[in-house]
Amino acid sequence: MPQSAVGQTLCEGMGAVEKAGWQFAHCGAEAQAMGFNSINIDTMFWSVSLGLLFIWVFRKAAKMATADVPSGLQNFVEWVCEFIDTSVRGSFTGKNDLVAPMALTIFIWVFLMNFMDLIPVDWLPALAGWVGHTFFGADPHHVFFKVVPSTDPNATFGMSFAVFGLMLFYSIKMKGVGGFTAELTMHPFSSKNPILQYLIFVPINFVLEFVSLLAKPLSLSLRLYGNMYAGEMIFILIALLFGMASSGTIGGWLGAGAGGLMQLGWAIFHILIITLQAFIFMTLAIVYMDMAHQVDEAH
Amino acid sequence: MNFNYTLIGQSITFFFFIWFCMKFVWPPIMNALHTRKAKIADGLAAAEKGQHEEELAKNRAVEILKEAKDQAGDVIRQAEKRASEIVEAAANDAKAEGERLVHAAQAEIEQNMTRAREELRGQVVTLAVAGAGKVLKKEIDEKANEDLLKDLAAQL
Repeated sequence: MPQSAVGQTLCEGMGAVEKAGWQFAHCGAEAQAMGFNSINIDTMFWSVSLGLLFIWVFRKAAKMATADVPSGLQNFVEWVCEFIDTSVRGSFTGKNDLVAPMALTIFIWVFLMNFMDLIPVDWLPALAGWVGHTFFGADPHHVFFKVVPSTDPNATFGMSFAVFGLMLFYSIKMKGVGGFTAELTMHPFSSKNPILQYLIFVPINFVLEFVSLLAKPLSLSLRLYGNMYAGEMIFILIALLFGMASSGTIGGWLGAGAGGLMQLGWAIFHILIITLQAFIFMTLAIVYMDMAHQVDEAH
Repeated sequence: MNFNYTLIGQSITFFFFIWFCMKFVWPPIMNALHTRKAKIADGLAAAEKGQHEEELAKNRAVEILKEAKDQAGDVIRQAEKRASEIVEAAANDAKAEGERLVHAAQAEIEQNMTRAREELRGQVVTLAVAGAGKVLKKEIDEKANEDLLKDLAAQL
């Protein structure tokens, strides 16, 4: 996490930041102090890598896609695409070639990012700690490494804002600025009396509609973030039970064993959650895009 | 929850992936799916058509078979008729030939009989003349009575 705050002493046992420029934060407090002018390398790394994995696999399948008897990878990719296509056809009534690829991207990408949750919680951070210690000379305890990008609100908000941007773009494109404004101000309350309409109802309508408009990207990202963050939290809490075994007592070992069982159960349950969250994100994005394309709404 | 450039980076990445997906992933796969769908539909239609045609061909075959059987029956009947005709004609011919032969034989027999009779008559005449000559000897000139004798012989 690079930043450029000069002359601050934030981390214990560390000197003040000597030089300006992009560099890694040395502890949580320093990362916090960096503010907006920083970037989460871990989140970006994993989301981009997983996205590239998705793109690579699907491009490979798309290249060898033929109308003949499909095999292996092509079967899988076609099955996913058909599933997405059915979902899009079910909820999206407009005509836009962007929606189905968007839904596919969201579903697979979010699923892959969520899937990182199923990798045992300390493997990749420990690896990152080792890499940081060996190659960057960092204290391994201060190498903070988030493996699941969807537990970073930056990632989920980044995606939901992108969806929101597309929503606004197509709303204005399909309805015009006037139509979009009318959608925000002319309902649910309307009156024939112009004074009543413009002095009282328009502001009320705007407040109501604007809040519901903003609620869309917020709920979209917070739902995914909250679910994944809580899930990861529970994995970490369960993983703490394994520490009980270090006491060496029978109770400690029993606790660790119970932790193992809980880990298994939660992981199995989490398979459902990660898929469901990816699916919900995708479906809601499709529905929002559909709303953006609805022109003939009479209010 | 501290927001930073990651937010923007994630959005840009997201847009890039959507664009890539829209350009290079979605169309070929959907294209393949649609082509295959059309292909399968064509195949099924062709199979149905083939079945239909097979049924038609079966019906036609049955019809042709029936017709052939009918024709064969006709041919056999005609042949039988013709055979009986030929037999009848042959029998008639044989009968006629037999009759002809009988007639011919009868005619020959009659001829022979006539000839024998003529001969006999001739001889009788000769004998009669000889007898009469012996009886009449001197009285009757053979040459003078020749016409009379000839008439007599013709009446016999």
